[in-house]
Parts: sequence; C-alpha cells; structure tokens
Amino acid sequence: MAADDPSAGVKSAGEIVAERLGALAHRVFPAASGVARVTRLTAGATQEIWRFELVQDGAQTPLILRRSPGGRMTAGGGSSIGLDVEAEILKLAAVAGVPVPAVKHVLVPEDNLGLGFIMEFVEGETLGGRIVRDARFAETRPRLARQCGEILARIHAIPPGGAPTLKRSSPAQLVAQWRASYDATDFPRPVFDLAFAWLDRHVPPPAANPRLVHGDFRNGNLMFRPEGVVAVLDWELAHVGDPMEDLGWICVNPWRFGAVDKPVGGFGEREDLYAGYEAAGGAAVDHAHARFWEIYGALRWGVMCAGMTAAFRAADPSVERAVIARRASETEVDLMRMLAS
Amino acid sequence: MQDEPRPDEILGAVAAFLKGPAVRESGPHIAFQLRVCANAIEIAQRGLTLAPAAETAELARLRALLRLDGDLPTLNRELAHRIREGAIDLAWPGLKDHLWATTLAKLAIDQPGYSGYRAALAERAPPPKEA
Repeated sequence: MAADDPSAGVKSAGEIVAERLGALAHRVFPAASGVARVTRLTAGATQEIWRFELVQDGAQTPLILRRSPGGRMTAGGGSSIGLDVEAEILKLAAVAGVPVPAVKHVLVPEDNLGLGFIMEFVEGETLGGRIVRDARFAETRPRLARQCGEILARIHAIPPGGAPTLKRSSPAQLVAQWRASYDATDFPRPVFDLAFAWLDRHVPPPAANPRLVHGDFRNGNLMFRPEGVVAVLDWELAHVGDPMEDLGWICVNPWRFGAVDKPVGGFGEREDLYAGYEAAGGAAVDHAHARFWEIYGALRWGVMCAGMTAAFRAADPSVERAVIARRASETEVDLMRMLAS
Repeated sequence: MQDEPRPDEILGAVAAFLKGPAVRESGPHIAFQLRVCANAIEIAQRGLTLAPAAETAELARLRALLRLDGDLPTLNRELAHRIREGAIDLAWPGLKDHLWATTLAKLAIDQPGYSGYRAALAERAPPPKEA
C-alpha cells in the first residue's frame, strides 16, 4: 500500500501526508517532536511539492517535500530523471559548491510517502520577470551573468560518474530526438525545418569530455536574492553530454522575459557569462559552439510547445495547455531573427 | 449575413470581463487562471479577425514559391519537406520573405506583445525617409 488512493479511507490527501510526515519526523529527525502546517504547493504530472514545518525544541524549520504524484512507488517516466536520482544529483552539486537546497532525507518505502525527498526550504525570488524588472534587483543584475557562468563551471566539474543512471547523448542524438518529437506533432512548420537543417550542418561532434549538464539552467529555474543566485532548482532534465548546452539555453529569448537586449536571462551579457565560466575552471568557450546550443535551445522550446497540442487534445484539455501550445510561434520568430535576419 | 455584434466583438467583451471584474473578485490561483482564459480568448478573437486574410496571402505566396497548386496544409507540408531535403534554402528567391511574412502573421494572432516579435518588427521596419 503506497498510493494515497481513496481506499486509504476518508482522510484527505493532506491529512494522510501530514500523518506520515509526522511518523517520518520521529524516525529521521530524533530531536523532532512532529510536523506542522503541512501545505501542498503544487500538484503536477511528474511531482507534488509540499511545504511543512519540522517542530524541534519548540522551534519550527520550514522544509519541502517533493514526491511522486499521489505517493506512487513508480517513477514518473517521460524525460525526467526521477526524484531519487535528482536527490543524488543535488547532493553531488552541494559538494561541488553549487548553491542548491540541502537534501535532508530521501524517502524510503517505510516512509509510505512514495518516491521523493525532503529538502531545505530556501527563501528567494524565482519569477523571471521580477528578476529582469524589479528595482530591488537593479544592483544585482549586472553581476548575475558572471555568477551564472561561475555556477555552471562548478556544475560541469561534477564527476558524471557520480550519477551513473543519467542518460548520455551526443549533440547529433539530441537533435534527432527533437526532430522525432517534431515529426510526431504531424504539423508542418517550415521554420522548424529550416532550423533543423541549420543544426544538421553545424552540429558539433560528441563532447571529448562529456559533463553533467543541468539541462534546464535558465531564468525561472534559479532562485535569487539581492545578493545573487542562492539556489539552482529543477534538475529533472539533467543528463551527460556537451556542457555548452547549458550556456546556450540560458540565452534563449523566452528566458529573457522581455529584455531582448540582455541575452543572458534578460539580465546580462554573454561575454560576462563566458568570462565567469572560464575564470571558475570551465573550458574555454567557443562562441560559435555556444551559438549552436542557443539555436538548438530555441528549437527545443518550440518543439516542446508544439507538442502541447497533442497533450491538450488528449490528457490535459486545459486552457493553460492550449495557450502554451500557441507559444510555438514565438520560437519561429526567434529562429527567424537568428537564422534569416 | 449574420447578426451583430460580430463574434470577435463578443469575445472581446468576454476577455475584458475576465481581466477586469472577474480577476478583481478572485483569489490568486483563480485570478491567474482567469488571465490565462482571457489570453486564450484574445488569441481566438485575433484569429477570427486576422487569420482569413493572412491565410489567403500565405496560400498565394506558397503557390508562387513552389509552382504548385493545392491547399494550405498540403503546400506547407511540401515546403517543409523541400527545406528538410535541402531542395530549397534561404537563397531560394522568395523563401525568406515568405517565411518572415508567415511568421509575423502568426505572431500577430498568437502573441502580439512577444518581445521577439516586437524586436523583429522594429528591425524589419523600413528606414525612415529622409526629410
């Protein structure tokens, strides 16, 4: 018995999670007297996120539980690496000096909460538009591109052997994978074909020294405070491959949140990103090589959006899904600006 | 002839209601969803208004470009196929202009406020005439 299905009784999912977290607290945190304020923050197709307070010596420490939907004991599937693997990578990243929430406990079957882990709650801003526009980040913004470069260098210094189950892909394999996703939409987008043809002509050889790639390192998945980046989040697309992929992805236009003239996340310049990367031990950045990954990134986002139509027509007929599907065209204008200006 | 007000006008009123009173009287989660709904309705509204002429022009360009007859899905598939096969590229007369016109027409419906679209319009605007 693992999933919180209705057969578990008349208790709500929140009551069940609170009860099991309370039991877990006694087992895992010997000084804890229990948990309080158990609140679900999000419920997605791949994971649920809960916030709660660990009560210890009269004080409360906020923690985050990330677990499989409904407490399933099977991995979510899709392109996600799985929460158990993500926990391992977060630990490796912390050791490498990457700012990440500390993992406090990886769920075991005895916890009866599904797959997942408990991590530190980090306070900060993740909304990309606020990072790009809010006055309270005005003095921070000029430093962020360099800091992102430094953090990426540390991520890419993590020995990929520490996460042996991560998928390894060459650049050509990744392009082929997205082309297959595009073909599966069965809807012609000549601009995408133009971009795929460009990628085919410019695809780099497999990385001589494959690195752990975050896979979704961008404004929106980073947590900021006025002093800078305080946490790198959303590691579920991590894989092993060409580290330049991460340097291209953070420059893709949708992650600039309207600040088109600041290519790095809407807050900085590529030169600063590259300088920070190289100064912190990253490999020398070849600008054309990084540009390949920026164009790849734009197309990747476009194919992801285009794929939402099938999801909208089947599994998730939500308005939000429909509107994201209609964002595929934003990628077409971005690709046209990069390839046919 | 259908009666008035037109469908696009009716959708405009629905979007305005969602963004105004409905958002004001809702909690944050529903307010977010209402804004998404208003956005969706405005996409549909602009589609009703702009898509017919845009698709007529797109079809005419495709016929000239490919020297083929056919409907919009067929000719778009053919164009995508020829680009993929390398039979035509940006050096092909008219291809670049066609792709730009088609792309900008899509964005005018899907996301006229998108930063990349605004930038493209500014970059592609004819230079101001000298006085």
